[in-house]
Amino acid sequence: MTDTIKSEPFVLNIGPQHPSTHGVFRIKATVDGEKVIDAEMVMGYLHRSMEKLAEERTYTQNIPFTDRTDYLSSMSNNLGYCLAVEKLAGIDVPDRGNAIRVIMAELQRLASHCMAVGAFTNDTGAWQTPVMWCFREREKILDLFEMTCGARLTCNYMRIGGVAFDLPAAFVPAARKLVQELPAFIDEMEALLVANEIFIARTVGVGVLTPEMATNASLSGPMLRGSGIAWDLRKADSYCGYDKYDFEIPIGYRGDSYDRFVVRLEEMRQSVKILKQALDGLPGGPHSTQVPLALRPPKGEAYARVEGPRGELGYYVVSDEGPSPHRFHIRPPSFINLSALKEMTVGGSVADAIVVLGSIDIVVGEIDR
Amino acid sequence: MIDVQPLIDQLTALVPGAELSPCPSADADATPALWVSAAHIVPVALALRDTPGLEFVAFSNVTAVDYHPKRAPRFDVVYHLVSPHRRTRVRLKVQLGLDQPIASVTSVWAGAGWCEREVYDLFGIVFEGHADLRRLMMTEDWVGHPLRKDYPVQVRKDAQTYMPLQITAEEFRANMERDRYSRTRPK
Repeated sequence: MTDTIKSEPFVLNIGPQHPSTHGVFRIKATVDGEKVIDAEMVMGYLHRSMEKLAEERTYTQNIPFTDRTDYLSSMSNNLGYCLAVEKLAGIDVPDRGNAIRVIMAELQRLASHCMAVGAFTNDTGAWQTPVMWCFREREKILDLFEMTCGARLTCNYMRIGGVAFDLPAAFVPAARKLVQELPAFIDEMEALLVANEIFIARTVGVGVLTPEMATNASLSGPMLRGSGIAWDLRKADSYCGYDKYDFEIPIGYRGDSYDRFVVRLEEMRQSVKILKQALDGLPGGPHSTQVPLALRPPKGEAYARVEGPRGELGYYVVSDEGPSPHRFHIRPPSFINLSALKEMTVGGSVADAIVVLGSIDIVVGEIDR
Repeated sequence: MIDVQPLIDQLTALVPGAELSPCPSADADATPALWVSAAHIVPVALALRDTPGLEFVAFSNVTAVDYHPKRAPRFDVVYHLVSPHRRTRVRLKVQLGLDQPIASVTSVWAGAGWCEREVYDLFGIVFEGHADLRRLMMTEDWVGHPLRKDYPVQVRKDAQTYMPLQITAEEFRANMERDRYSRTRPK
Protein backbone atom coordinates (compact mmCIF):
# COMPACT_ATOMS: atom_id res chain seq x y z
CA MET A 1 0.00 0.00 0.00
CA THR A 2 2.63 2.54 1.08
CA ASP A 3 4.78 1.70 -1.95
CA THR A 4 2.11 2.89 -4.33
CA ILE A 5 1.62 6.29 -2.62
CA LYS A 6 4.46 8.59 -3.54
CA SER A 7 4.96 11.84 -1.71
CA GLU A 8 7.42 14.58 -2.45
CA PRO A 9 8.68 17.40 -0.22
CA PHE A 10 6.98 20.74 -0.46
CA VAL A 11 7.19 23.99 1.48
CA LEU A 12 4.43 24.81 3.93
CA ASN A 13 4.24 28.31 5.37
CA ILE A 14 2.99 28.35 8.95
CA GLY A 15 2.28 32.03 9.56
CA PRO A 16 3.08 34.90 9.54
CA GLN A 17 -0.60 35.44 10.19
CA HIS A 18 -1.76 32.33 11.93
CA PRO A 19 -3.28 32.03 15.40
CA SER A 20 -0.94 29.26 16.49
CA THR A 21 2.22 31.28 15.83
CA HIS A 22 1.20 33.60 18.70
CA GLY A 23 1.98 36.76 16.77
CA VAL A 24 3.50 37.69 13.45
CA PHE A 25 6.04 34.94 13.03
CA ARG A 26 6.60 32.49 10.20
CA ILE A 27 7.87 28.93 10.08
CA LYS A 28 8.90 27.90 6.60
CA ALA A 29 8.50 24.16 7.00
CA THR A 30 9.51 21.67 4.34
CA VAL A 31 7.19 18.72 4.74
CA ASP A 32 7.12 15.27 3.23
CA GLY A 33 3.58 14.05 3.74
CA GLU A 34 2.88 14.79 7.40
CA LYS A 35 6.51 14.80 8.40
CA VAL A 36 8.54 18.00 8.85
CA ILE A 37 11.95 17.48 7.24
CA ASP A 38 13.26 21.04 7.49
CA ALA A 39 12.16 24.21 9.24
CA GLU A 40 13.31 27.77 8.85
CA MET A 41 12.20 30.56 11.16
CA VAL A 42 11.44 33.92 9.62
CA MET A 43 11.04 36.89 11.96
CA GLY A 44 11.34 40.63 12.01
CA TYR A 45 7.76 41.42 11.04
CA LEU A 46 7.34 43.27 14.34
CA HIS A 47 10.75 44.93 14.42
CA ARG A 48 10.29 48.46 15.75
CA SER A 49 14.00 49.23 16.24
CA MET A 50 13.58 49.95 19.94
CA GLU A 51 17.30 49.67 20.56
CA LYS A 52 17.94 52.47 18.07
CA LEU A 53 15.10 54.67 19.31
CA ALA A 54 16.26 54.29 22.91
CA GLU A 55 19.57 55.93 22.04
CA GLU A 56 17.72 59.20 21.44
CA ARG A 57 15.63 59.27 24.61
CA THR A 58 16.44 59.85 28.26
CA TYR A 59 16.85 56.94 30.65
CA THR A 60 13.38 57.48 32.15
CA GLN A 61 11.73 57.89 28.76
CA ASN A 62 12.93 54.42 27.79
CA ILE A 63 10.87 52.64 30.44
CA PRO A 64 7.68 52.61 28.29
CA PHE A 65 9.65 50.90 25.50
CA THR A 66 10.39 48.01 27.78
CA ASP A 67 6.63 47.52 28.32
CA ARG A 68 6.22 46.99 24.63
CA THR A 69 8.88 44.35 24.10
CA ASP A 70 7.27 41.50 26.00
CA TYR A 71 3.79 42.90 26.32
CA LEU A 72 2.62 39.95 28.41
CA SER A 73 5.14 40.67 31.17
CA SER A 74 5.68 44.41 31.19
CA MET A 75 6.44 44.52 34.93
CA SER A 76 9.36 42.10 34.57
CA ASN A 77 10.70 44.10 31.65
CA ASN A 78 10.44 47.37 33.59
CA LEU A 79 12.28 45.70 36.43
CA GLY A 80 15.13 44.38 34.30
CA TYR A 81 15.76 47.75 32.70
CA CYS A 82 15.54 49.71 35.97
CA LEU A 83 17.98 47.28 37.63
CA ALA A 84 20.47 47.81 34.81
CA VAL A 85 20.30 51.61 35.07
CA GLU A 86 20.47 51.48 38.88
CA LYS A 87 23.57 49.34 38.64
CA LEU A 88 25.08 51.77 36.17
CA ALA A 89 24.32 54.85 38.25
CA GLY A 90 24.87 53.23 41.65
CA ILE A 91 21.34 53.88 42.95
CA ASP A 92 19.92 51.95 45.89
CA VAL A 93 16.26 51.02 46.13
CA PRO A 94 14.46 51.22 49.51
CA ASP A 95 13.14 48.00 51.06
CA ARG A 96 9.53 48.84 50.38
CA GLY A 97 10.34 49.52 46.74
CA ASN A 98 12.03 46.14 46.44
CA ALA A 99 9.12 44.33 48.10
CA ILE A 100 6.60 46.03 45.79
CA ARG A 101 8.78 45.07 42.83
CA VAL A 102 8.79 41.44 43.93
CA ILE A 103 5.00 41.46 44.36
CA MET A 104 4.51 42.97 40.91
CA ALA A 105 7.01 40.63 39.22
CA GLU A 106 5.36 37.57 40.74
CA LEU A 107 1.85 38.77 39.87
CA GLN A 108 3.16 39.30 36.35
CA ARG A 109 4.60 35.80 36.26
CA LEU A 110 1.21 34.43 37.29
CA ALA A 111 -0.58 36.47 34.63
CA SER A 112 1.92 35.46 31.97
CA HIS A 113 1.83 31.78 32.90
CA CYS A 114 -1.98 31.89 32.84
CA MET A 115 -1.68 33.07 29.25
CA ALA A 116 1.03 30.51 28.44
CA VAL A 117 -0.89 27.60 29.89
CA GLY A 118 -4.16 28.68 28.30
CA ALA A 119 -2.71 29.31 24.86
CA PHE A 120 -0.82 26.02 25.00
CA THR A 121 -4.00 24.05 25.66
CA ASN A 122 -5.47 25.88 22.68
CA ASP A 123 -2.62 24.57 20.54
CA THR A 124 -3.16 21.02 21.75
CA GLY A 125 -6.77 21.11 20.66
CA ALA A 126 -8.68 22.09 23.81
CA TRP A 127 -10.26 24.85 21.83
CA GLN A 128 -10.95 28.05 23.79
CA THR A 129 -12.45 26.66 27.01
CA PRO A 130 -9.28 26.39 29.14
CA VAL A 131 -7.87 29.61 27.69
CA MET A 132 -11.00 31.50 28.73
CA TRP A 133 -10.74 29.94 32.14
CA CYS A 134 -7.15 31.15 32.45
CA PHE A 135 -8.16 34.57 31.19
CA ARG A 136 -10.71 34.81 33.98
CA GLU A 137 -7.90 34.50 36.54
CA ARG A 138 -5.53 36.70 34.58
CA GLU A 139 -8.22 39.37 34.53
CA LYS A 140 -8.15 39.53 38.33
CA ILE A 141 -4.39 40.11 38.29
CA LEU A 142 -4.71 42.78 35.62
CA ASP A 143 -7.35 44.46 37.80
CA LEU A 144 -4.74 44.69 40.55
CA PHE A 145 -2.31 46.30 38.10
CA GLU A 146 -5.00 48.74 37.01
CA MET A 147 -5.69 49.61 40.64
CA THR A 148 -1.98 50.33 41.22
CA CYS A 149 -0.86 52.15 38.11
CA GLY A 150 -3.87 52.69 35.88
CA ALA A 151 -2.68 50.38 33.10
CA ARG A 152 -3.38 46.73 32.55
CA LEU A 153 -0.96 45.56 29.90
CA THR A 154 1.75 48.17 29.41
CA CYS A 155 2.12 49.11 33.05
CA ASN A 156 5.12 51.49 33.03
CA TYR A 157 5.07 51.23 36.82
CA MET A 158 8.70 50.76 37.85
CA ARG A 159 11.00 53.74 37.96
CA ILE A 160 14.75 54.08 38.28
CA GLY A 161 15.18 54.01 42.05
CA GLY A 162 11.92 52.30 42.94
CA VAL A 163 8.35 52.34 41.70
CA ALA A 164 6.21 55.20 40.39
CA PHE A 165 3.58 55.31 43.15
CA ASP A 166 3.01 53.65 46.47
CA LEU A 167 0.42 50.87 46.63
CA PRO A 168 -3.17 52.11 47.10
CA ALA A 169 -4.81 51.21 50.40
CA ALA A 170 -7.13 48.68 48.78
CA PHE A 171 -4.29 46.79 47.09
CA VAL A 172 -3.06 44.56 49.92
CA PRO A 173 -6.53 43.22 50.89
CA ALA A 174 -7.37 42.62 47.21
CA ALA A 175 -4.05 40.86 46.61
CA ARG A 176 -4.55 38.70 49.71
CA LYS A 177 -7.98 37.68 48.43
CA LEU A 178 -6.47 36.75 45.07
CA VAL A 179 -3.67 34.78 46.70
CA GLN A 180 -6.33 32.86 48.64
CA GLU A 181 -8.27 32.01 45.50
CA LEU A 182 -5.48 31.18 43.07
CA PRO A 183 -4.37 27.76 44.46
CA ALA A 184 -7.88 26.42 43.90
CA PHE A 185 -7.72 27.53 40.27
CA ILE A 186 -4.30 25.93 39.78
CA ASP A 187 -5.58 22.68 41.31
CA GLU A 188 -8.54 22.84 38.98
CA MET A 189 -6.36 23.31 35.91
CA GLU A 190 -4.18 20.47 37.06
CA ALA A 191 -7.15 18.15 37.62
CA LEU A 192 -8.52 18.99 34.19
CA LEU A 193 -5.36 18.74 32.14
CA VAL A 194 -2.43 16.97 33.80
CA ALA A 195 -4.08 13.55 33.66
CA ASN A 196 -6.17 14.27 30.59
CA GLU A 197 -5.72 11.48 28.07
CA ILE A 198 -5.95 13.61 24.94
CA PHE A 199 -3.62 16.21 26.41
CA ILE A 200 -1.08 13.54 27.33
CA ALA A 201 -1.30 11.97 23.89
CA ARG A 202 -0.61 15.33 22.25
CA THR A 203 2.25 16.46 24.49
CA VAL A 204 4.19 13.60 26.12
CA GLY A 205 7.34 12.85 24.16
CA VAL A 206 6.76 15.76 21.79
CA GLY A 207 9.63 18.21 21.33
CA VAL A 208 12.06 16.48 23.66
CA LEU A 209 15.10 18.50 24.74
CA THR A 210 17.85 16.74 26.62
CA PRO A 211 19.65 18.74 29.35
CA GLU A 212 22.73 18.88 27.10
CA MET A 213 20.76 20.25 24.17
CA ALA A 214 19.06 22.79 26.41
CA THR A 215 22.33 24.09 27.86
CA ASN A 216 24.07 24.10 24.50
CA ALA A 217 21.30 26.18 22.98
CA SER A 218 21.54 28.62 25.95
CA LEU A 219 17.89 28.15 26.89
CA SER A 220 16.50 29.59 30.09
CA GLY A 221 13.33 29.72 32.12
CA PRO A 222 10.70 26.97 32.06
CA MET A 223 12.29 25.56 28.87
CA LEU A 224 15.52 24.81 30.71
CA ARG A 225 13.83 23.68 33.90
CA GLY A 226 11.52 21.41 31.90
CA SER A 227 14.67 19.61 30.74
CA GLY A 228 15.67 18.94 34.32
CA ILE A 229 18.12 21.74 35.09
CA ALA A 230 17.30 23.62 38.28
CA TRP A 231 18.53 27.04 37.16
CA ASP A 232 16.54 30.02 38.32
CA LEU A 233 18.06 33.48 38.45
CA ARG A 234 15.97 34.34 41.51
CA LYS A 235 18.08 31.76 43.33
CA ALA A 236 21.28 31.79 41.29
CA ASP A 237 21.99 35.49 41.48
CA SER A 238 19.41 36.98 43.68
CA TYR A 239 18.06 40.48 43.04
CA CYS A 240 15.43 42.63 44.81
CA GLY A 241 15.88 40.54 47.95
CA TYR A 242 14.56 37.28 46.46
CA ASP A 243 16.93 35.40 48.77
CA LYS A 244 14.63 36.32 51.69
CA TYR A 245 11.74 34.33 50.27
CA ASP A 246 11.28 30.63 50.60
CA PHE A 247 10.35 28.88 47.36
CA GLU A 248 11.39 25.92 45.26
CA ILE A 249 12.48 25.45 41.68
CA PRO A 250 10.23 22.94 39.92
CA ILE A 251 11.91 20.82 37.24
CA GLY A 252 10.80 18.31 34.64
CA TYR A 253 12.32 14.92 33.87
CA ARG A 254 11.67 14.14 30.23
CA GLY A 255 12.17 17.61 28.74
CA ASP A 256 9.09 17.36 26.53
CA SER A 257 6.21 19.77 25.98
CA TYR A 258 4.22 18.15 28.77
CA ASP A 259 7.00 18.76 31.29
CA ARG A 260 7.25 22.41 30.33
CA PHE A 261 3.53 22.75 30.90
CA VAL A 262 3.70 21.06 34.31
CA VAL A 263 6.71 23.20 35.30
CA ARG A 264 4.72 26.33 34.50
CA LEU A 265 1.78 25.17 36.59
CA GLU A 266 4.08 24.40 39.50
CA GLU A 267 5.84 27.74 39.11
CA MET A 268 2.48 29.43 39.55
CA ARG A 269 2.17 27.69 42.92
CA GLN A 270 5.63 28.87 43.91
CA SER A 271 4.76 32.42 42.85
CA VAL A 272 1.70 32.31 45.09
CA LYS A 273 3.99 31.18 47.91
CA ILE A 274 6.34 34.13 47.32
CA LEU A 275 3.41 36.52 47.10
CA LYS A 276 2.08 35.38 50.47
CA GLN A 277 5.45 36.00 52.11
CA ALA A 278 5.92 39.35 50.37
CA LEU A 279 2.46 40.58 51.36
CA ASP A 280 2.96 39.49 54.97
CA GLY A 281 6.37 41.09 55.28
CA LEU A 282 5.67 44.28 53.34
CA PRO A 283 7.93 46.89 54.99
CA GLY A 284 7.02 50.52 55.49
CA GLY A 285 9.04 53.53 54.42
CA PRO A 286 9.51 55.22 51.07
CA HIS A 287 8.70 53.34 47.86
CA SER A 288 11.37 55.07 45.81
CA THR A 289 14.57 57.08 46.03
CA GLN A 290 14.80 60.52 44.52
CA VAL A 291 16.52 60.31 41.15
CA PRO A 292 17.16 63.37 38.97
CA LEU A 293 14.86 63.52 35.98
CA ALA A 294 17.74 64.05 33.57
CA LEU A 295 19.86 61.21 34.87
CA ARG A 296 23.44 61.10 33.61
CA PRO A 297 25.08 57.91 34.90
CA PRO A 298 28.88 57.79 34.94
CA LYS A 299 30.67 56.32 31.94
CA GLY A 300 30.46 52.55 31.92
CA GLU A 301 28.30 49.57 31.18
CA ALA A 302 26.02 47.28 33.13
CA TYR A 303 24.17 44.06 32.44
CA ALA A 304 21.23 43.24 34.66
CA ARG A 305 19.13 40.12 34.37
CA VAL A 306 15.92 39.02 35.96
CA GLU A 307 14.06 35.74 35.84
CA GLY A 308 11.19 36.78 33.61
CA PRO A 309 8.25 34.45 33.03
CA ARG A 310 10.00 33.15 29.90
CA GLY A 311 13.56 32.98 31.20
CA GLU A 312 16.63 35.12 31.53
CA LEU A 313 15.62 38.64 30.64
CA GLY A 314 18.75 40.75 30.35
CA TYR A 315 19.33 44.44 29.79
CA TYR A 316 22.73 45.68 28.71
CA VAL A 317 23.07 49.44 29.00
CA VAL A 318 26.16 51.47 28.04
CA SER A 319 26.51 55.06 29.22
CA ASP A 320 28.79 57.76 27.80
CA GLU A 321 27.76 60.27 30.51
CA GLY A 322 25.07 61.63 28.24
CA PRO A 323 21.38 62.02 29.13
CA SER A 324 20.44 58.99 27.00
CA PRO A 325 22.02 55.54 26.81
CA HIS A 326 24.82 55.10 24.31
CA ARG A 327 23.63 51.55 23.74
CA PHE A 328 20.54 49.81 24.97
CA HIS A 329 20.37 46.10 24.32
CA ILE A 330 17.73 43.62 25.36
CA ARG A 331 18.44 39.93 25.76
CA PRO A 332 14.98 38.52 25.10
CA PRO A 333 14.44 35.04 26.56
CA SER A 334 11.96 33.84 23.95
CA PHE A 335 14.32 34.82 21.10
CA ILE A 336 17.01 32.49 22.41
CA ASN A 337 14.50 29.80 23.45
CA LEU A 338 13.00 29.86 19.98
CA SER A 339 16.34 29.00 18.38
CA ALA A 340 15.88 25.43 19.64
CA LEU A 341 12.64 25.06 17.69
CA LYS A 342 14.26 23.57 14.61
CA GLU A 343 15.87 20.77 16.60
CA MET A 344 12.55 19.97 18.24
CA THR A 345 10.32 20.03 15.17
CA VAL A 346 12.36 18.33 12.44
CA GLY A 347 11.36 14.69 12.30
CA GLY A 348 7.95 15.22 13.87
CA SER A 349 4.60 15.91 12.28
CA VAL A 350 3.14 19.31 11.43
CA ALA A 351 0.62 19.02 14.26
CA ASP A 352 3.47 18.38 16.69
CA ALA A 353 5.31 21.47 15.44
CA ILE A 354 2.35 23.59 16.57
CA VAL A 355 2.40 21.94 20.01
CA VAL A 356 6.16 22.47 20.35
CA LEU A 357 5.88 26.12 19.38
CA GLY A 358 3.11 26.55 21.94
CA SER A 359 5.25 24.94 24.63
CA ILE A 360 8.06 27.48 24.08
CA ASP A 361 5.65 30.30 24.97
CA ILE A 362 6.95 32.99 22.65
CA VAL A 363 6.02 36.65 22.55
CA VAL A 364 6.87 38.03 19.13
CA GLY A 365 7.12 41.62 20.34
CA GLU A 366 10.06 40.53 22.41
CA ILE A 367 11.73 38.47 19.67
CA ASP A 368 11.61 41.26 17.09
CA ARG A 369 11.84 44.24 19.47
CA MET B 1 34.46 43.35 43.42
CA ILE B 2 35.74 40.15 41.85
CA ASP B 3 39.36 40.30 40.79
CA VAL B 4 39.68 39.20 37.17
CA GLN B 5 43.47 38.92 37.28
CA PRO B 6 43.52 35.20 38.32
CA LEU B 7 41.14 34.41 35.46
CA ILE B 8 43.36 36.34 33.04
CA ASP B 9 46.48 34.49 34.28
CA GLN B 10 44.74 31.14 33.93
CA LEU B 11 43.51 31.94 30.40
CA THR B 12 46.89 33.29 29.29
CA ALA B 13 48.48 30.01 30.34
CA LEU B 14 45.85 28.04 28.39
CA VAL B 15 45.83 30.23 25.29
CA PRO B 16 49.35 31.57 24.71
CA GLY B 17 49.38 34.83 22.81
CA ALA B 18 45.85 35.91 23.72
CA GLU B 19 46.13 39.57 24.68
CA LEU B 20 43.84 39.72 27.71
CA SER B 21 43.37 42.70 29.96
CA PRO B 22 40.79 43.65 32.58
CA CYS B 23 38.01 46.05 31.62
CA PRO B 24 36.48 48.16 34.41
CA SER B 25 32.68 48.21 34.48
CA ALA B 26 29.85 49.39 36.71
CA ASP B 27 28.63 45.88 37.44
CA ALA B 28 32.05 44.36 38.09
CA ASP B 29 30.76 42.79 41.32
CA ALA B 30 28.47 40.48 39.34
CA THR B 31 29.99 40.37 35.87
CA PRO B 32 33.75 40.85 35.61
CA ALA B 33 34.78 42.00 32.16
CA LEU B 34 37.92 41.48 30.11
CA TRP B 35 39.26 42.52 26.76
CA VAL B 36 40.18 39.78 24.30
CA SER B 37 42.07 40.22 21.05
CA ALA B 38 39.90 39.50 17.99
CA ALA B 39 42.21 36.77 16.67
CA HIS B 40 41.91 34.69 19.86
CA ILE B 41 38.20 34.77 20.56
CA VAL B 42 37.49 31.12 19.64
CA PRO B 43 40.44 29.57 21.58
CA VAL B 44 39.57 31.73 24.60
CA ALA B 45 35.92 30.71 24.32
CA LEU B 46 36.88 27.03 24.13
CA ALA B 47 39.17 27.39 27.15
CA LEU B 48 36.40 29.09 29.12
CA ARG B 49 33.94 26.34 28.22
CA ASP B 50 36.11 23.27 28.67
CA THR B 51 38.52 24.04 31.52
CA PRO B 52 37.45 22.35 34.76
CA GLY B 53 36.85 25.08 37.30
CA LEU B 54 35.61 27.60 34.74
CA GLU B 55 32.91 25.66 32.85
CA PHE B 56 31.20 28.53 31.07
CA VAL B 57 28.97 26.03 29.26
CA ALA B 58 26.08 28.43 28.78
CA PHE B 59 26.17 31.58 26.86
CA SER B 60 23.89 34.49 27.55
CA ASN B 61 24.12 36.76 24.54
CA VAL B 62 26.31 38.42 21.94
CA THR B 63 25.85 42.04 21.02
CA ALA B 64 27.88 44.97 19.74
CA VAL B 65 28.39 48.62 20.57
CA ASP B 66 29.35 51.28 18.04
CA TYR B 67 31.59 54.17 19.15
CA HIS B 68 31.79 55.64 15.66
CA PRO B 69 33.11 59.19 15.64
CA LYS B 70 34.87 58.94 19.01
CA ARG B 71 37.05 55.85 18.70
CA ALA B 72 39.21 54.41 15.94
CA PRO B 73 38.42 50.67 16.07
CA ARG B 74 34.77 51.61 16.16
CA PHE B 75 33.02 48.42 17.31
CA ASP B 76 32.99 46.47 20.54
CA VAL B 77 31.64 42.94 20.25
CA VAL B 78 30.35 41.95 23.70
CA TYR B 79 29.85 38.35 24.87
CA HIS B 80 28.06 37.51 28.13
CA LEU B 81 28.83 34.03 29.43
CA VAL B 82 27.39 32.04 32.31
CA SER B 83 28.79 29.17 34.29
CA PRO B 84 25.70 27.53 35.81
CA HIS B 85 27.72 25.11 37.96
CA ARG B 86 29.91 27.84 39.49
CA ARG B 87 27.19 30.51 39.41
CA THR B 88 29.58 32.99 37.86
CA ARG B 89 29.44 35.22 34.85
CA VAL B 90 31.97 36.91 32.65
CA ARG B 91 31.86 39.47 29.89
CA LEU B 92 34.29 39.29 26.98
CA LYS B 93 34.86 42.36 24.88
CA VAL B 94 36.56 42.49 21.51
CA GLN B 95 37.49 45.65 19.63
CA LEU B 96 36.84 45.58 15.91
CA GLY B 97 37.42 48.07 13.13
CA LEU B 98 35.11 48.72 10.20
CA ASP B 99 35.01 45.81 7.71
CA GLN B 100 37.10 43.68 10.05
CA PRO B 101 35.63 40.18 10.40
CA ILE B 102 35.63 38.09 13.58
CA ALA B 103 35.46 34.32 14.01
CA SER B 104 32.04 32.93 14.90
CA VAL B 105 31.58 31.21 18.27
CA THR B 106 28.73 29.02 16.99
CA SER B 107 31.09 26.04 17.08
CA VAL B 108 31.50 26.63 20.83
CA TRP B 109 27.94 27.60 21.80
CA ALA B 110 25.26 26.62 19.29
CA GLY B 111 22.90 29.17 20.82
CA ALA B 112 25.04 32.05 19.53
CA GLY B 113 23.79 31.55 15.97
CA TRP B 114 20.86 33.92 15.94
CA CYS B 115 22.57 36.53 18.11
CA GLU B 116 25.44 36.71 15.64
CA ARG B 117 22.98 36.98 12.78
CA GLU B 118 21.32 39.88 14.56
CA VAL B 119 24.66 41.64 15.10
CA TYR B 120 25.50 41.10 11.43
CA ASP B 121 22.13 42.50 10.41
CA LEU B 122 22.13 45.58 12.62
CA PHE B 123 25.87 46.41 12.73
CA GLY B 124 27.29 44.80 9.61
CA ILE B 125 29.92 42.81 11.48
CA VAL B 126 30.83 39.63 9.59
CA PHE B 127 31.22 36.44 11.62
CA GLU B 128 33.50 34.04 9.79
CA GLY B 129 32.54 30.38 9.97
CA HIS B 130 28.87 31.09 10.68
CA ALA B 131 26.81 28.56 8.75
CA ASP B 132 23.88 30.84 7.95
CA LEU B 133 24.85 34.51 8.11
CA ARG B 134 21.83 36.35 6.73
CA ARG B 135 19.77 39.31 7.85
CA LEU B 136 17.42 38.47 10.68
CA MET B 137 15.31 41.49 11.62
CA MET B 138 15.46 43.63 8.50
CA THR B 139 14.30 42.52 5.06
CA GLU B 140 16.81 40.84 2.78
CA ASP B 141 17.02 43.83 0.43
CA TRP B 142 17.58 46.41 3.19
CA VAL B 143 20.44 48.84 2.59
CA GLY B 144 22.65 49.74 5.56
CA HIS B 145 22.95 48.58 9.14
CA PRO B 146 20.54 50.48 11.42
CA LEU B 147 22.31 50.30 14.78
CA ARG B 148 25.48 51.96 13.49
CA LYS B 149 25.89 55.46 14.85
CA ASP B 150 26.17 56.98 11.39
CA TYR B 151 22.75 55.61 10.43
CA PRO B 152 20.06 58.22 11.10
CA VAL B 153 17.18 57.45 13.44
CA GLN B 154 14.56 58.90 11.14
CA VAL B 155 14.88 58.10 7.44
CA ARG B 156 12.48 59.76 5.03
CA LYS B 157 12.25 57.23 2.24
CA ASP B 158 9.98 57.20 -0.76
CA ALA B 159 7.44 54.45 -0.72
CA GLN B 160 8.66 51.45 -2.67
CA THR B 161 6.42 49.67 -5.09
CA TYR B 162 7.03 46.27 -6.55
CA MET B 163 4.71 46.80 -9.52
CA PRO B 164 4.98 49.60 -12.06
CA LEU B 165 2.98 52.67 -11.02
CA GLN B 166 -0.08 53.59 -13.06
CA ILE B 167 0.47 57.28 -12.25
CA THR B 168 3.72 59.25 -12.32
CA ALA B 169 6.05 59.17 -9.33
CA GLU B 170 5.28 62.86 -8.63
CA GLU B 171 1.53 62.24 -8.57
CA PHE B 172 2.06 59.27 -6.28
CA ARG B 173 4.13 61.37 -3.85
CA ALA B 174 1.57 64.20 -3.97
CA ASN B 175 -1.18 61.71 -3.09
CA MET B 176 0.84 60.43 -0.15
CA GLU B 177 1.50 63.96 1.11
CA ARG B 178 -2.15 64.96 0.79
CA ASP B 179 -3.20 61.86 2.66
CA ARG B 180 -0.67 62.49 5.44
CA TYR B 181 -1.77 66.15 5.69
CA SER B 182 -5.44 65.25 5.93
CA ARG B 183 -4.75 62.76 8.68
CA THR B 184 -2.66 65.06 10.85
CA ARG B 185 -4.98 68.12 10.64
CA PRO B 186 -8.44 67.57 12.11
CA LYS B 187 -11.15 69.36 10.17
